[in-house]
Amino acid sequence: MDSRSYPLDASSLTISAKIVIAGGFGVGKTTFVGSVSEVKPINTEAWMTVAGEGVDPAPDSGKTTTTVAMDFGRITLQPDLVLYLFGTPGQSRFWFLWDDLCRGALGAVILVDTRQIQDSFAAINYFENDSDIPFIVAVNKFDGKLAYELDEVREALTLSPDVLLTTCDARDPGSTSKALQELVSYTMSCTVSYGPDVTWG
Amino acid sequence: MEHIEMRSRRIRLYALTGGRTRPRHHLLVETLVSAPQYDPQLAKTMMPESQALYELARETTSIAELSAHLTIPLGVIRVLISDLAAQDAVIIHPTGFTYQYDRIILERILDGLKKLPA
Repeated sequence: MDSRSYPLDASSLTISAKIVIAGGFGVGKTTFVGSVSEVKPINTEAWMTVAGEGVDPAPDSGKTTTTVAMDFGRITLQPDLVLYLFGTPGQSRFWFLWDDLCRGALGAVILVDTRQIQDSFAAINYFENDSDIPFIVAVNKFDGKLAYELDEVREALTLSPDVLLTTCDARDPGSTSKALQELVSYTMSCTVSYGPDVTWG
Repeated sequence: MEHIEMRSRRIRLYALTGGRTRPRHHLLVETLVSAPQYDPQLAKTMMPESQALYELARETTSIAELSAHLTIPLGVIRVLISDLAAQDAVIIHPTGFTYQYDRIILERILDGLKKLPA
């Protein structure tokens, strides 16, 4: 029972996986995605029809269409395995889109800028409380160096000791790849089985 | 079907899903679709948007890329792709999530990341 056999018809199909790159506005998410993506980060405007909350609803429908910009990149890891990196939209009012982006992700990297540490609180809070995907926190070294010790950053972010805290340089492909590897290893270490909800379909 | 072009594009996009916002399949933004047996005769019977999706799917493409290339909202893409899959025009690929990110998949991802040019 420990080895999974893929359905016959699906075994030859290319599989995709997803990692979410989260963090506040201007923290370097697009730079991070761009440094490892084999294509220039694709900016897509995901039009969403949302209930008119805090915005003027169209008089007849009670709904309005909102445009949310998001960036994503792609890495072909094996001939039959593609990894997508999705940057979360900066505006925190679009939490419903975060849910959509995070569903099915193998994990998330939360980028932190120590010069604007408060901008990361919303993202960390989301992954600690509102999402069940594995995540790590990575301090983006903007000048190639750390302004604070990681212990100080952990304290400032009030991260629990079991949250993996690392550093990276979002401009450097080797460094971003290493951060992604740390996340994948972390996900592998998570013992809790994690997969599709049975109510889907 | 020709008169369709006269209408506002955005209204048309939501109208052609018949008001449905939930596709039959659960399509993630990274879910890949492909049309390995492209049939030009079948393409002719499709609405323009579905036809465009069908043609793009000749190369394996993700839902998010289809949305970006055609500037059609993700929700609409999901419904249209779901319909194309129901008529066996496109194949919906499994994702890592389908296999609950088992150890084999995670190891292959890790392996691939290690081999990236630094």
